[in-house]
Amino acid sequence: MDFLTHTWHWSVAGFLIALVMLLLNYFGKVFGMSSNLRSLCAMTGVGKKVSFFDWDWKSQRWNLVVVLGAMIGGYVAVHFLSDVSNVSINPKTIQQLSAMGIDPPNGKLLPNTLFGNQIFESPQMIVILLVGGLLIGFGSRYAGGCTSGHAIAGMSNLQFPSLKAVIGFFIGGLIMSHYILPLLF
Amino acid sequence: MNLIKYLFVGFFFGIVLTKAEAVSWYRIYEMFQFQSFHMYGIIMTAIATGLIGVQIIKRNKLKDIDGKPIYIEDKEKGNVRYWIGGILFGLGWAMVGACPGPIFILLGSGFLSVSLILLGAILGTFLYGVFKDRLPH
Repeated sequence: MDFLTHTWHWSVAGFLIALVMLLLNYFGKVFGMSSNLRSLCAMTGVGKKVSFFDWDWKSQRWNLVVVLGAMIGGYVAVHFLSDVSNVSINPKTIQQLSAMGIDPPNGKLLPNTLFGNQIFESPQMIVILLVGGLLIGFGSRYAGGCTSGHAIAGMSNLQFPSLKAVIGFFIGGLIMSHYILPLLF
Repeated sequence: MNLIKYLFVGFFFGIVLTKAEAVSWYRIYEMFQFQSFHMYGIIMTAIATGLIGVQIIKRNKLKDIDGKPIYIEDKEKGNVRYWIGGILFGLGWAMVGACPGPIFILLGSGFLSVSLILLGAILGTFLYGVFKDRLPH
């Protein structure tokens, strides 16, 4: 069962992610995770005031079910399919992070510095996570998709707009990772 | 409507993204620092496989589960929305190391702090809805 608990090879993972997209195509749907955020907004009934959310979110119920399944899948993978060998990132990355005061993975997916429960007592960390989320939500809706909708589904379908969005993802990501994160930590 | 199949697809997706560590803040940081091929490999394999799959669907005019021809809509034309929206998204992605799929997956895995990211993301989506008509696309 080692193959289940160890880190999956990128080629296996990439292939299986494409399979998920194609399976959804076979079900007559389109792969895209960020549209669920729009559904969650619309569910609150805010569509009465903001026309962008005045749309039939119930037709997107299937996607919310995908999300529910993904949450259960994440739970199972983290609690039953983990191993201390996981997240063995580049030692140079670990060194760099330690200089920023961010703890090494040692098998865990997320650093405690950013995601441990103590962050609820740190106004700075709360703001960082909220603002990060805000950028993700606003940016993905403005760009009309996220990593799944543009980078995977759009690029697979040779969509030029998706290429622009993905280049944008990387411009933003590089600026954050190289110039802004070092100021925050 | 048979929704159970979507639960299975989602479950599989959650396992794959977690076991590939694409939900890991560390992996996203490592990717943007160009210190590993892992994430690039995942994305490129997914696109290559998807490209072949989509071509097979289109050339053979395959039908979906209900017998209707599979039709994948083209993305709208535009510039500003893709560049600016993309850059804003990228800033957030690298900041908290999660995109929308992983936000939900991590939350399901029990990382309570990720609920702050989700809260921010819902708020961001809401703000886009409010300002949509005033933004250049």
